[in-house]
Amino acid sequence: MVPLAFYLVLSAFLFACGITGFLIKRNIITIFMSIELMLNAVNLSFVAFAAYWKVLDGQVFVFFVMVVAAAEAAVGLAIIISVFRTRETLNVDRVNLLKL
Amino acid sequence: MIHYLLFFIFAAFAVAGAINLLAQKHPIASALSLIVVMGSLAGEYMLLGAEFVAAIQVIVYAGAIMVLFVFTIMLLNAGEEEHSRGSKVAMILGVPAMIAGLVMGAWVLVARDPANTPVGVGAMYGSAHDIAEQLFRRFLLPFEITSVLILIAIMGAVVLARKEER
Amino acid sequence: MNLSTFIILSVIKIVIALAVLLTVVAYTVWFERKLVGHIQNRWGPSRVGPFGLLQPLADGLKFIFKEDITPPHVNKLLYLLAPLLSLSLALTAIAVIPIGGWVRVAGISTPLQITDVNIGLLIILGITSIAVYGVALAGWSSNSKYSLLGSLRAASQMVSYEVALGLSLIGVLMFAGSFSLRDIVNSQAGTWWGWLPKWNLFKGQFVAFFIYICAAYAETNRVPFDLPEAETELVAGYHTEYSSMKFAMFFMAEYANMVTVACLASLLFLGGWNGPLFGPPGLQYFLPVFWFSLRVFFFLFLYVWVRGTLPRFRYDQLMGFTWKVLLPLALANIMITSLVVALRS
Repeated sequence: MVPLAFYLVLSAFLFACGITGFLIKRNIITIFMSIELMLNAVNLSFVAFAAYWKVLDGQVFVFFVMVVAAAEAAVGLAIIISVFRTRETLNVDRVNLLKL
Repeated sequence: MIHYLLFFIFAAFAVAGAINLLAQKHPIASALSLIVVMGSLAGEYMLLGAEFVAAIQVIVYAGAIMVLFVFTIMLLNAGEEEHSRGSKVAMILGVPAMIAGLVMGAWVLVARDPANTPVGVGAMYGSAHDIAEQLFRRFLLPFEITSVLILIAIMGAVVLARKEER
Repeated sequence: MNLSTFIILSVIKIVIALAVLLTVVAYTVWFERKLVGHIQNRWGPSRVGPFGLLQPLADGLKFIFKEDITPPHVNKLLYLLAPLLSLSLALTAIAVIPIGGWVRVAGISTPLQITDVNIGLLIILGITSIAVYGVALAGWSSNSKYSLLGSLRAASQMVSYEVALGLSLIGVLMFAGSFSLRDIVNSQAGTWWGWLPKWNLFKGQFVAFFIYICAAYAETNRVPFDLPEAETELVAGYHTEYSSMKFAMFFMAEYANMVTVACLASLLFLGGWNGPLFGPPGLQYFLPVFWFSLRVFFFLFLYVWVRGTLPRFRYDQLMGFTWKVLLPLALANIMITSLVVALRS
C-alpha cells in the first residue's frame, strides 16, 4: 500500500510546477495550461484524501472542479481569441496598454 | 509491491510531463505534455480506487478541454515563445532554493504521515453508482448550479469568440 | 487463479484478439470494395484469388513495398506520432469488448473478453475522445494548409458527434444499471412471449439506435459524414502528406474503429451474443460467438450499404445536424426513458 504522503508530495510538486509556469511563461495559452495543471494537482489531493478517509465527498468535489475547469477553459480561450484578434500577439508582455 | 511500482511509474510520467511543460518553447509541445500529465493522473486515480473519476478525467479533461487548447493553438498559429529578459541571478538562487523547499516539504509530509495508508488496487469503492448516490442526494443543489454555470459559459464563449459585425 | 496464470492467459487472449481483429479489418476492406462494386453494377476485386479474396494480401504487400516519403517540411516527431496514436487507440478498444459468455479451457474458466472492467463503456468513450488527437496532430504536423483544414474539420466533427454518441447510450445504461459491457448484454437475455428477444432495440430505444448510428458514422469519418477525408473536397484531408505504411496505419485505424463501433452496437442494442443455443456442448461454446459475429456482420453490411448509396453532407449541414437535431433528440430520449424506468419500478 502506498502511504498517503506520497500522493500529497506528488500533488505538491505538480502544483509547484503549475505556479512556476504561471510566473515564468510569457505565452497566454501556456499560462492558462499551467492553471489547469494546478487544478489537476489539487484534484489529486482531493481523491487521495477521499481514499484515506474512505468517504466519497472528495471524489464528488473533484467532479465539480472538473466541471468548473471546463467552463473556465471555454470562456478563457474565447477571451484569448478576441485578445489575439485585436492585438495580433499572444505575448503577455505586449498586452500592457488599455488602448492599442 | 505492484502498487508501489505502478504508483512510481505514473508519478514519473506526471513529473516528466510537468517539467516538460515548463521547459518547452512551443505551446503545442506544452499542451501535449499536459495531456501526458492528465493521463498519468487518471492512472493514479485508478490506483486510489476512484474508477469513475479516472474515466471522467480522460473523457472530459484529456479528451475535451485539452482538445480545446490544441485547437486554439493550431488556429491562432502560435509560434514559439519569445524570451523576455531572463536573469542569471534568479537561476542560480532560484533553482536550488526551489529544490530545497520541495525537499523540505516532502520530508515534512512523509515524516508526519500516520501509519494508516489509503486503499490500494482492488478495493474499488468509487463506482458510478456510489458517486451518483452522493451527487443526486446530498449534492443536488451544487449539481444544478453547475449546470447553470455551464450554460452561462457556453453562451459567454459563443458571444466572446464571435467575429464583430461592422 | 494466481498472477502468472492470469498474465499468461491475458497474453494469449490479446494475441488471439489482435490476430482476429486485423484479419477482420483486412477482410472488411475486401467486403466493402466487393459490395460497393456490386451496388455500382460492377464486379469489385475479382482477379486476385477466387472472388478477389487475396486482394487484402496484395494491398498489404503493396503498402509494405511502397517508398516511405517523409516530406522535409513536417514536424518529424508529431508526424510519426499521429498514425501511431490512431492505430494503437483503435486496436486498444477491443480489450473491453466481450464476444461470448464464459468458457472452460483446460480447467480454467475465463470470460471471452480480455478484461471485464466495471466501467467498460466509459473506457471506450475515453478512447474515442483521445482518438481526436491522432487526427488533429496529423494535420498540424504536415505543415500544409489542406491538411490543417481537413484535420481541424475532422477533429471538430469527431468532438461534436461524441456528445450525441455518449448521450444516446444513456438510455441503454438505464436499462442495464451498469457500465460493464457484460452486464449490459446479460440484461438483454431472454425473450418476451417466447419469440421476441429482449434486445434494447425492442425495449424502445429506436431513436437511440438511430442517433447511435449517425454519431458512429460521423465518429469514424464515413459516408455520409466523410467530408474531411473525401478526395474531391480537400485533396485528402489530414492524411494528404502521408504515404506507404503510415497511410496504411490511418486506413487500418479507420476500419478498426468501424469494427469496434459495430461490436458496440451489437452489444448495446442488438443483444450481444444472446441467441438460441442448441446442439452438443462443444457447439454450445461457439454458438454465442457465432450469433455475435452475425450481428457485427449485419452492422458492417449496413455501413457499406450506406456508403454505396448516400451522398455526403456539406460541413455546415453536418455540424448543424448534430447540434440542432441529434442532441435534442438524445436529450428527449433520456428524459422519456428515465420516466419509463422510474414509473416501472
